[in-house]
Amino acid sequence: MKRLASALLFFALLIGLWELAVRSGRWSAVLLPSPVFVAEYIWGALLDGTLAESTWVTLKRLLLGYAAGVIIGLPLGLLTSTSQLFEDTLGALALGFQTLPSVCWVPLALIWFGQTESAMLFVVIMGTVWSVIIATDHGARNIPPIYARAARTMGSGGFHTWTRVILPASLPFLVSGMKQGWAFAWRSLMAAEIYVTILTGFGLGHLLHYGRELNAMDQVIGIMIVIVAIGLLVDRLLFSPWEHFLHRRWGTNIKQG
Amino acid sequence: MEAAADSLERPAKLVIDGVSKRFASSRAVVQALDNVSLTIAEGEFVCLVGPSGCGKSTLLDIIAGLTKPDSGRVLADGKAVEGPGPERLVMFQESALFPWLDAFGNVMFGLKLRPDLTHAQRKEIAHHFLKLVGLEKFEHAHVHELSGGMKQRVALARALAPDPHVLLMDEPFGALDAMTRDQLYDDIQEIWMQSRKTIVFVTHNVREAVCLGDRVVLMSPSPGRIAQVFEIPLPRPRDINSPELAGYSSKIAAALKGTLTEAFSE
Repeated sequence: MKRLASALLFFALLIGLWELAVRSGRWSAVLLPSPVFVAEYIWGALLDGTLAESTWVTLKRLLLGYAAGVIIGLPLGLLTSTSQLFEDTLGALALGFQTLPSVCWVPLALIWFGQTESAMLFVVIMGTVWSVIIATDHGARNIPPIYARAARTMGSGGFHTWTRVILPASLPFLVSGMKQGWAFAWRSLMAAEIYVTILTGFGLGHLLHYGRELNAMDQVIGIMIVIVAIGLLVDRLLFSPWEHFLHRRWGTNIKQG
Repeated sequence: MEAAADSLERPAKLVIDGVSKRFASSRAVVQALDNVSLTIAEGEFVCLVGPSGCGKSTLLDIIAGLTKPDSGRVLADGKAVEGPGPERLVMFQESALFPWLDAFGNVMFGLKLRPDLTHAQRKEIAHHFLKLVGLEKFEHAHVHELSGGMKQRVALARALAPDPHVLLMDEPFGALDAMTRDQLYDDIQEIWMQSRKTIVFVTHNVREAVCLGDRVVLMSPSPGRIAQVFEIPLPRPRDINSPELAGYSSKIAAALKGTLTEAFSE
């Protein structure tokens, strides 16, 4: 409760400073709208349904692309961690592509897929999959070999060892990898939505883009706040329970891991 | 080598037949084991002692089937060991417990790999063995919540639960404090006397070996060989602090010193 109170106080203070800056009159209201106007925009967008609709469009793309990225990346990461051949080939490719900012995939996606949902998905998957491969690979490599040895003497082998020992043993790394993958997916999707207009769905990135086109600063800042809020919410809903579970089981604080 | 009159009457459980193993690193080749032969009888408790580098842990790995020998072979119940299997379970020095499972889940791991048991039977066996090691109240404790001694008790329960023919113990108490160890010596003797499992126990602690073993096999380093085998005819349960036991351990310690000076003078 105390932590919540101090967080609320901090944000209230921040908004207060913002309002003060606006009232000082040093910056034009076009560049720096009052927090009241931003709040009014968010409220209005909530009421007329644009916000809900755009959030839904964005989240749908994000979840689909992210899920695909994890489903592809996880087994590939396990593969690169066990096979020298895959480590030297696929591992090197993953490392290279991970350093490529995911927005760089946008032009290619547009040429290949046109202004379609597939282009969006492609960018999100490309943003996610490499970091998931690398995190999984890293996780599987860091498992104490004694776990697999102990399991083998108990009669475990092959697929059973993978699913019952290697996978759970690398959970702490997998969760941090998936978290990183999530951050990359989110970033790449926003980049794609800001650059590309797609008629099948109007996402949060598009609202941001049109806010700029219309010089509607209240919309730009409002949507940014919504994006941050969604990011925090997903962290709380999707990753916190896992991290809490790991913390309890492993007895270590893996939050930063 | 003095042959054990008693162990010759019982059928051989494990036959180690001319086992050699070399490890090659980029700098040197280490002859970990050089033509080692040993026969272990059914229900016998054999301790392998020796300084580090004498190949005792490697020998245990080869018996377990986790490492393949370069030459020679190991027979378990007359059949050549090809790989690891639940009939020869290993209890490791460091905690090899799985942190994603609680104490009960760890004991269940090996039991779940026994298709001949029903789920109810598995649970009953797991409860039984956790009780045997005195941890019935900690069945649902996470691994990190257990003390070092408790962890090794869970590891013991996990190794005993699938009812292996042979229990291989690789310095299982090495990382524990003396008081916890003394308690575990009593427990392991009691469990052994009840179950009469064949146990191969690796340690560098001579007193520990004398306290637990029917025979103490002294190994010497570089190359790893069996230097001497000692019979320990003391009655059980043995107290690690008893003077009779001290007599045996000082004799073995002297022989151990001999193997070391020999190894270093070479």
